[in-house]
Amino acid sequence: MPELFIHTEDLCFTYDAEGPDAQPALKGITLDIYKGEYVAVLGHNGSGKSTFAKLLNLLLEPTSGRLTVAGMDLTAPSIGEKELLELRRNVGMVFQNPDNQLVATIVEEDVAFGPENLGIPHPELRTRVDEALEALDMTAYAQHEPHRLSGGQKQRVAIAGILAMMPKCIVFDEATAMLDPSGRREVLRTLRMLNREFGITILNITHYMNEAAEADRVIVINDGTLLADGTPDEVFAQRQRLCEVGLEVPQCTELLCRLREAGIDIPGERISSAESCADLIVAALGRHAEKGGKCHG
Amino acid sequence: MKNVAFGQYYPADSPLHRMDPRAKVILAILYIVCTFLCKNAISFACLVLSALVLVVLSHLPLRLILRSMRPILFIIVFTSVINIFMTKGEHLLTPADWRIKIYAEGLWNALFMVLRISALILGTGIFLTYTTTPIALTDALERLLSPLKKIKIPVHDFAMMMTIALRFIPTLTEETEKIMNAQRARGASFSTGSLINRAKALIPILIPLFVSAFNRAFDLASAMECRCYHGDEGRTRLKVLHYRASDLVAVLLMLSFGVGVFFLNRLGIGPHLS
Repeated sequence: MPELFIHTEDLCFTYDAEGPDAQPALKGITLDIYKGEYVAVLGHNGSGKSTFAKLLNLLLEPTSGRLTVAGMDLTAPSIGEKELLELRRNVGMVFQNPDNQLVATIVEEDVAFGPENLGIPHPELRTRVDEALEALDMTAYAQHEPHRLSGGQKQRVAIAGILAMMPKCIVFDEATAMLDPSGRREVLRTLRMLNREFGITILNITHYMNEAAEADRVIVINDGTLLADGTPDEVFAQRQRLCEVGLEVPQCTELLCRLREAGIDIPGERISSAESCADLIVAALGRHAEKGGKCHG
Repeated sequence: MKNVAFGQYYPADSPLHRMDPRAKVILAILYIVCTFLCKNAISFACLVLSALVLVVLSHLPLRLILRSMRPILFIIVFTSVINIFMTKGEHLLTPADWRIKIYAEGLWNALFMVLRISALILGTGIFLTYTTTPIALTDALERLLSPLKKIKIPVHDFAMMMTIALRFIPTLTEETEKIMNAQRARGASFSTGSLINRAKALIPILIPLFVSAFNRAFDLASAMECRCYHGDEGRTRLKVLHYRASDLVAVLLMLSFGVGVFFLNRLGIGPHLS
């Protein structure tokens, strides 16, 4: 049984809770995320998915409910400055706009920013920065100015800055939303690499279905509540339910579903990745050809 | 617009570029003091000589240095004119019956003042702006001023603000460009009309720019919090500055130059500043 990393129970959050226009953003989320999982969190703009992310490292404080991250009860009153730093070291966060999260004017100094704040002493600080840059394949750009890099590269610098803090979990809050397709591929490759090679728990908050299909597990949040939770295949199989709340499924899933509706017999449950979709269609075509062959023969 | 240079830094590999930025700040201050110590022709000659040595050491192109003098050209001309016509002395150069009287002392004073101002600009330029990146300069100032933390002056916070400002200059420049283009596409014009109209045309640029700058600031604050920023308490630094022997030698040379100038002033030879 893998180790429990995030545990929430009836987690609620309301913006401006005491104010006149209090808006509940999360209305009771209960879920468990285990160490080393690669989870995609799907939802519309305003569904509460980003709010959920911001609760995980206490950028926002839960209004009610329970929230435990890395064995630390975040709703306990004992959370002080020291605990907060420990939490944020464990749960790194990468944001949407790459320009707005780089602090320093030189790439390697930006990567060093997190460890510097943690007070990492000298020979180790240097090693951490070099290793993080190496892992993100940005060593060649160590002395560059961030504003001269491409969007994907900037985002990789931001990720390197988080990686240098050696977190157990990284939350990507729509980290690919402002990137072009090649930048998005760069970042997605990085996510997978961090998950596989470094065993880091990944939460990718996104509204791109194809990105979600790459994860091991998909969580759908709609209107502040949990709508679906399971493997991409399980979640996207509920196409009707997703459509009702205005979410689409990946194009290959859509294609398979339409083919089934048209009466073509396509068995199988691996419906969320393009490759398995192609295999299923080829197999179906093969069967179709065989049948046709028999008729004519 | 992407290539907006940070400050006026001129990248090169000279002894002055390699010097510890803290040492350069100290040297710049000492050099300013020296320029004010100079009082007579001999010490001013030494000042000119030292300036030439600095130019050679800095590997900066002469063109760049002359260009740095352009903004102060007016001040130079203005002070020389004032000095030439206003200084009263013993050696009258113009015929006695002229209403405008120019004395030899006035000419010398004008020359000295021009040399002093030029050396001032040249010295700070060579030690600080041209051979030191703004970020290294910020860093040096933070470390040199860190004793002030004891009397509760937030030196680190100011340095951090400075760093972030430097980091966001190119980002905001690019943004301004984008907004201007967007407004141009809507028919705005920034280069025609009266001065007042042109100033008014800036409002639709400044407002979106401010809004976006504030949004960026909120984002950055979150990102910094996520990366455990909590002031300079217990903070280490990737870049460690080390004074080297050459830095010490440079400071000692500058000090001896100051002492030398001080004693040269006492020689009663040649014209001196009156």
